[in-house]
Amino acid sequence: MESAMPVKDLKASFEAIAQRNAAGQPLLAETDHGAKGTNLDLTVPAERVGDAARILDRAEYMIEAITGVDWLADKQMEIVYDFVDPVSGERVTFRARAPRDKPELPSISAVFPGANWHERETHDFFGIVFAGHPGLIPLLLPEDATFHPLRKDFAP
Amino acid sequence: MSSDAQALHHESFVLNVGPQHPATHGVLRIKLTMDGEYIVDAEPVIGYGHRMHEKMGENRSYAKFLPNTGRLDYVAALFNGHGYVGAVERLAGLVVPERAEYIRVITCELNRIASHLLWVGAFLVDLGGFTPLLYCFDDREHILDLLESVTGSRLTFCYFRFGGVCNDVDDNFIAGARAFVTSMRSRMPLYDAFVSKNIIFRKRCEGIGILSAAECRKYGASGPVIRGSGVAYDVRKLEPYSVYPQLDFDVPVYTEGDCMARYRVRIAEIVESLRIVEQALDKLPAGPVMADKVPRALKPPKGDCYFNVESARGSFGVRAISDGSENAYRLKLRSPCFSNLSLFQECARGMLLTDALALLGSLDLVIPDIDR
Repeated sequence: MESAMPVKDLKASFEAIAQRNAAGQPLLAETDHGAKGTNLDLTVPAERVGDAARILDRAEYMIEAITGVDWLADKQMEIVYDFVDPVSGERVTFRARAPRDKPELPSISAVFPGANWHERETHDFFGIVFAGHPGLIPLLLPEDATFHPLRKDFAP
Repeated sequence: MSSDAQALHHESFVLNVGPQHPATHGVLRIKLTMDGEYIVDAEPVIGYGHRMHEKMGENRSYAKFLPNTGRLDYVAALFNGHGYVGAVERLAGLVVPERAEYIRVITCELNRIASHLLWVGAFLVDLGGFTPLLYCFDDREHILDLLESVTGSRLTFCYFRFGGVCNDVDDNFIAGARAFVTSMRSRMPLYDAFVSKNIIFRKRCEGIGILSAAECRKYGASGPVIRGSGVAYDVRKLEPYSVYPQLDFDVPVYTEGDCMARYRVRIAEIVESLRIVEQALDKLPAGPVMADKVPRALKPPKGDCYFNVESARGSFGVRAISDGSENAYRLKLRSPCFSNLSLFQECARGMLLTDALALLGSLDLVIPDIDR
């Protein structure tokens, strides 16, 4: 495998798709790996997660994990994607937010087939729907499960 | 051939493996669609051992979750503990005394050797050779005795604390670890002669279950799996943590991508782990094994961080999110086995069933680590 692209060279591509704050600045920051566990941390609009995944695929990054966070007070679901360059060890984390009452965003399993299981797991735990996923059926929960245990308002 | 016979010939059938089956090493089920001896589709069904550890991480204090970490990948449980305390220490800004970090490295590397030994034994049983298991368990037993003397347990360790380790090592442990390094080195030629050069073993492994570097990358397969496919991704080197940068060791890489390459990586890693243990014992500094003034009820400031370690099976990562309270707001556990198994469905297509079981074994899966 050839050496992948350093994070600083990817920054411009990510700035183009990153979510903007009220002042029009992209929500993107280079971070200290030793302090935060990642080199680049950014937020993209939910509909751009496929673009972010394709940038990382072209740069030969490896998928590490996908997960959710339920921000009950903000009425939002956050979806966190972790990627690592297996040649340099540099990391990129991108996040997206979706409304909590109808959390839906595109699947990236066509770009990274390994995302298939991570998205199924995130659907199990949070009820987040990944549009275009080939089979969003329970992975770790029972096959007839209709509950999402990591939602903050989940009551067993 | 009559059309009926032809239809019969092309008829596929469904074969169920597991969830209770010796080749799956735990409660893993694989729904196979077969064309004769060849696999048309192999769909892993997981979750039989799911305990929702991530929920348990949210509904109890940080310290109370520590014993849970020993029950993820229980064959190499210290690494889970290292990943978890590392994430919380990073969130809380705790500085760990150097002696404690050295002890973490020594015990983790011993655990890695024990884990690889168990894998060699179990993998050989998968392939029909029973005897090596007994040799592996003999050597592994010495490690378990050593770890028991300092951690109090033999398998589901809960030894690391936020800011250090709960118990200092004594002279007996240090002497025992040195003796083990010597004895294990003398055993390596035996494994080489007994297993690596065995013609039946080689025929079952060489050229079987080839995984490309691209497949590993697209599925997130790490550890000895990706290093058997020519990529030198080792968290200890590329994303250094603890005192690994102060120790001299190599990252074994084989390029063939077959079961044999993954076997060779693990055998070479045992040798490297012995080097690490020996150096860490030589360098072990004096001093405390716990940081001062770690509050009993730890409340890390609001924040979000990731911390991952090179476990015996690959990158074990923890994303910890704090809202400033005594409990984690979110605790994501990234399991290496989960990603390593996820490539099986694609890669097993078209393989002979017996070869696919060799591939499955070579991934070194611990099912409770997948199910969490």
